[in-house]
Amino acid sequence: MKNLLNVSAGILAAVGLTIGSAVAETKVGMITTLSGGGAGLGIDVRDGFMLAIKQSGRSDINVVIEDDQRKPDVAVKLADKMIQSEKVDVLTGIIWSNLAMAVVPSATAQGKFYLSPNAGPSVLAGKGCHPNYFNVAWQNDNIHEAAGAYADGAGYKNTFILAPNYPAGKDALIGFKRYFKGKIAGEVYTKLGQTDYAAEIAQIRAAGADSVFFFLPGGMGIAFLKQYSGSGVDLPIVGPAFSFDQGILQAVGEAALGVVNTSQWNKDLDNPTNAAFVKSFQAEYGRLPSLYASQGFDTANLLISAIEKADVNDADAFRSALKSADFESTRGDFKFSSNHHPIQNIYAREVIKEGDVFTNKTLSVALENHSNVYTEDCKM
Amino acid sequence: MISERHINFLTLGLLVLIPLWAYGVDEPFTITLMTRAVIFALAAVGLNLILGIGGFVSFGHAAFFGLGGYVMGILAWHAQNYSPLMEWPLLIEGTKSMPVIWVLSILLSAFLAFLIGMVSLKTSGVYFIMITLAFAQMMYYFSISWSAYGGEDGMSIYVRNDFPGLNTLDPIQFYLLCFVILMAALWLMSRLVKSPFGLALNAARQSPQRVQAVGLDLHKLQLLAFVISGAITGLAGALFADLNRFVSPNMFSWQLSGEFIVFIIIGGVGRLFGPVIGALVFVGLEHFLGGISDYWHIYLGVILLLIVLFSKTGVIGLIGKKEVHDD
Amino acid sequence: MSFVLIAEQILNGLQLGVMLFLMSAGLTLIFGVMGLINLAHGSLYMVGAFAAAAIAGLTGSFILALLAALTAAAIAGAMVEMVVIRRLYNRDHLDQVLATFALILIFSEGTRWVFGSFPLYLDIPSYLQGPVSLPGGIQYPLYRITLILIGVVVAIALGLMISKTRIGIRIRAGENDREMIAALGVDISKLYTIIFALGAALAGLAGALVGAIQSVEVGMGEPVLILAFVVIVIGGIGSIKGAMVGSVLVGLTDTLGGVFLPKILQLFMDISTATNVGSSIASMAIYILMGVVLIWRPTGLYGSRL
Repeated sequence: MKNLLNVSAGILAAVGLTIGSAVAETKVGMITTLSGGGAGLGIDVRDGFMLAIKQSGRSDINVVIEDDQRKPDVAVKLADKMIQSEKVDVLTGIIWSNLAMAVVPSATAQGKFYLSPNAGPSVLAGKGCHPNYFNVAWQNDNIHEAAGAYADGAGYKNTFILAPNYPAGKDALIGFKRYFKGKIAGEVYTKLGQTDYAAEIAQIRAAGADSVFFFLPGGMGIAFLKQYSGSGVDLPIVGPAFSFDQGILQAVGEAALGVVNTSQWNKDLDNPTNAAFVKSFQAEYGRLPSLYASQGFDTANLLISAIEKADVNDADAFRSALKSADFESTRGDFKFSSNHHPIQNIYAREVIKEGDVFTNKTLSVALENHSNVYTEDCKM
Repeated sequence: MISERHINFLTLGLLVLIPLWAYGVDEPFTITLMTRAVIFALAAVGLNLILGIGGFVSFGHAAFFGLGGYVMGILAWHAQNYSPLMEWPLLIEGTKSMPVIWVLSILLSAFLAFLIGMVSLKTSGVYFIMITLAFAQMMYYFSISWSAYGGEDGMSIYVRNDFPGLNTLDPIQFYLLCFVILMAALWLMSRLVKSPFGLALNAARQSPQRVQAVGLDLHKLQLLAFVISGAITGLAGALFADLNRFVSPNMFSWQLSGEFIVFIIIGGVGRLFGPVIGALVFVGLEHFLGGISDYWHIYLGVILLLIVLFSKTGVIGLIGKKEVHDD
Repeated sequence: MSFVLIAEQILNGLQLGVMLFLMSAGLTLIFGVMGLINLAHGSLYMVGAFAAAAIAGLTGSFILALLAALTAAAIAGAMVEMVVIRRLYNRDHLDQVLATFALILIFSEGTRWVFGSFPLYLDIPSYLQGPVSLPGGIQYPLYRITLILIGVVVAIALGLMISKTRIGIRIRAGENDREMIAALGVDISKLYTIIFALGAALAGLAGALVGAIQSVEVGMGEPVLILAFVVIVIGGIGSIKGAMVGSVLVGLTDTLGGVFLPKILQLFMDISTATNVGSSIASMAIYILMGVVLIWRPTGLYGSRL
């Protein structure tokens, strides 16, 4: 069962320490997407996470990294491996909601901790919540709720909304509508993985809307933005950060310029942790960090803060150490709600061009100290 | 060079010894991995009947695999949430009992195979490949948009279903269960192949006219084979869902249908143990190559390519006795 | 539902159909002449898109990018044919499926290895940007009109090539009787390489053209590949004319189904159920179309009768 992807921080120090003393090692299993179409997101989470581990200088955290290929059954297999064979204490890394739904319930039921660096499906925030599950990114609805709030504040009265026809897409539109008080000019569910949006753009043109909200993650968003900008429809767009993230933005190019999107993080957020993170990430990997990298970084720092306070084998103490969220996040103030999801500011950002690079500039706070609506459904 | 019979015994030995060894040295994940291989093997054994013996390349067997999975998922989900599956016209409750789930998976997959087979078996060759693919794709898109049962997110079943007298959450016990089912399926296949039905099916692949000339109804014969084939793969789907405690539309994906075919080709088309060896090799490759590099798919691709190019009869043909045959 | 919206959707369907034709023409030729199922055809589409994005990034010229896509895909196709495919002509379909499945793995991860895990940037040139006004008050993107025109030109050129030129005669002869043309002294292996490269080049061209309005990323070829298979099965395998008709049918069904099914269902049920059910059925529409065609004509619309 040799695994060449085993990464242990500060190998030399680790050897010295584990031989010399009986320091309890915390074993972390990271299951994330490192191959295929969605690999960019997983790589960013991994790199952000490992950067924080490296900066902590700790040798007692052993991270095992595996590629889930974005397939739920592979993720489940890897979780079994991590739990049964590697005997990890903490699991993390999953990018996609459907993979999280496949892995998290059974992992937490087996007494493992799970720290989510990206996905936050509503079930895991509500009825399916678990004391050992902590979401360090956002509940899935949050970013869309902020987009609704922003669109409302910007004075839009009649918005056309679209998302792919799958659970996260439906959550997105519901989240948007929760905070948007104007009229909905049209509501369209597209096919998952669809790459041609000519038909939808024609509907937008015919709908008489004054603005457009869309949630189309990954390649779908790139395709939509390019086609939208070439269509001659010039209604303002609002979207969640996923389609305007640092990794994707260069592929969208001019088409994204000026678009307002909502995010809990941006590289210009004014706090010392963030400034240091952006600088060191660039120095380490030679590229600007993305939203996902910041989430990976924060997840690792939350974990480290808990390890400093409590032994992972003392589950209750470790849980309350996690719960106190006593770490410096890249987003400034960060707390957990009663169902272990973030309470944080969500910002509106605008896509700008800095030299040759497309990136985001923070405009305003869209929702302040925002929690989620599922806290009441969560009994734990 | 060893005979196919010996290779079969060797495989059987591995299927018994590896999990026992893993149990002894407390490596439960190896058992889980073997369970995965055994279930994939079962799915491919089903496919092998229509593909290897019947000569129809079904590129849509994931339809049955997924259906079996969803039968398990839906029944267990209702049992888990204590909500009845149906209240009208008669009350149907969910269940966590494996035997009940299996029987239902087999029956429903057989019925689906009957429907798909009625239409598809009218075509042949590439058209058959494509029409079976089309049916599986329909199921795939339907499952994605069917939000009542999780849509794209799928369904998580927190605890494995029950089998009387066994603790199914224990990896070795669940493995044994799957192993016994695979053996039963292999036994059934070996009987079928030698039965008049199997002989006629085999003959129909080689020379359809001759079979029709002796008065057999070709279409009925092939339809029956397709139905049995789909039912076995459906049962494998139910087991796979139980292994992962999770079902999702991915179980209907065309890549999975492709992988079943790959198992059969790796092992050797139409051979009894072909699918078993293929599934073992594939799961092994997937596991060991995955640790080597981020780009392990390249290695997997190259290995598969070499197998096709240099062995016309799969692994069994490669290490077994050279058969005399000309193309 | 206005006339303008309907007209615009029909144009969209045509544009999708035309792009599918570029993909399926090669696929159907390769099957018709060589009897080969090429699952890796989608990878050649991806190769074209990546080559175009790379060259456009270096030179800034869209025309050069298209040429690069054609060349890169043709070279990749020819190499694949000479190294791998050539050994598979006499094998049954199963081996071909497995070998070309393996090629997909190699191409996809190889591309990711070379170009990285993030999508690449490829945009339409400034002179093709923006909408144009068509008669009847329709505003339609100039680039999509260009795509439709390119597709029609390629279709005509391909048709002429097959009916009028020497190589076309050989291709037709090859479809009818493979042994015979070899016996007549045609260098069959060269002919096969040329056909394969030609099909690959068309796929690469489609990848580059579509990549400019979608996203250039690893795995972009597979969804299109499945659609192209649906097209050639509907049209009848081996028939260029069938590929043409099949492409347009699939393009129109996919586009119009997604838009109009939910609207039609709204007449019977409330809006959100209609949207849900409508988009579910719409995503299955082309497969239903294919099933119906095959039940009616088991070898496709223009396929040779068994």
